[in-house]
Amino acid sequence: MDKIVKNRIKLEFQSRPENVALARIAIAALASQLDLTINDLEEIKVATSEAVSNSIIHGYQNNINSIVTVIGTLYEDSLVIEIIDEGIGIPDIQKALQPSYTTDPERMGLGFVFMQSFMDKVTVNSKVNEGTRVQLLKHLNRNQEKAVS
Amino acid sequence: MRLEINLKKGTLIVKLKGELDLVSAHEFREKIDNMLEEIESDSLMIDISKVTFIDSSGLGVILGRLRKLKAKNGQLLLYGENRTVRKILEISGVSSLLPVCRNEEEAWKIINKKLLKEA
Repeated sequence: MDKIVKNRIKLEFQSRPENVALARIAIAALASQLDLTINDLEEIKVATSEAVSNSIIHGYQNNINSIVTVIGTLYEDSLVIEIIDEGIGIPDIQKALQPSYTTDPERMGLGFVFMQSFMDKVTVNSKVNEGTRVQLLKHLNRNQEKAVS
Repeated sequence: MRLEINLKKGTLIVKLKGELDLVSAHEFREKIDNMLEEIESDSLMIDISKVTFIDSSGLGVILGRLRKLKAKNGQLLLYGENRTVRKILEISGVSSLLPVCRNEEEAWKIINKKLLKEA
């Protein structure tokens, strides 16, 4: 049976660094409609920020002329955030999920670590040269299991 | 993000106010690297008490400065009460890589100790 959607937003924006803040604020505003703690909202903001930053930095290689799509869906008991890009994709998702996987000395490679720490489930689908879709799930109910697929 | 930069006893003191993410990390990196080079300092203290948001981009730029300073036998300390930032620092393991002091006074104690050692 399909879950009832309480609310949904869809954002499409240029892959500019300044739009990372825009995305996390919009998602936080949506999430605040649920009975979440301030701590939960902060964590959702970080997770969203990480996923959008990944699309810009890695998916689009810092090209500002592409589009990132963020969809936030509110259910009775959960929030699902999807971050979608049509960038270069991830050749090895398992490798990318590992902490400190980065070649840049100014980056930490912890984007996915934060997403996994702060969300209840992280799902990554990607195809080389086609793009990446990251789905983040946060349960309202605390009886959840953390999983990555 | 706003940066307030001061120099005291050869140490660059940076007070951050606002969000440290992908866009502000770039500005932070440029300003701090230029200042450190200009004043020929290898000591940096960052007040994190008024940082309202930080993600791995913000952490990355802090770590990048740490690497650069360590290469010159310099030091970087963070200070200030900030529950949100401290949580991120702990989860990322950054709090085990550099001193995170409660306040500026504590940070100066560490810096002065190092200066005494080198004297």
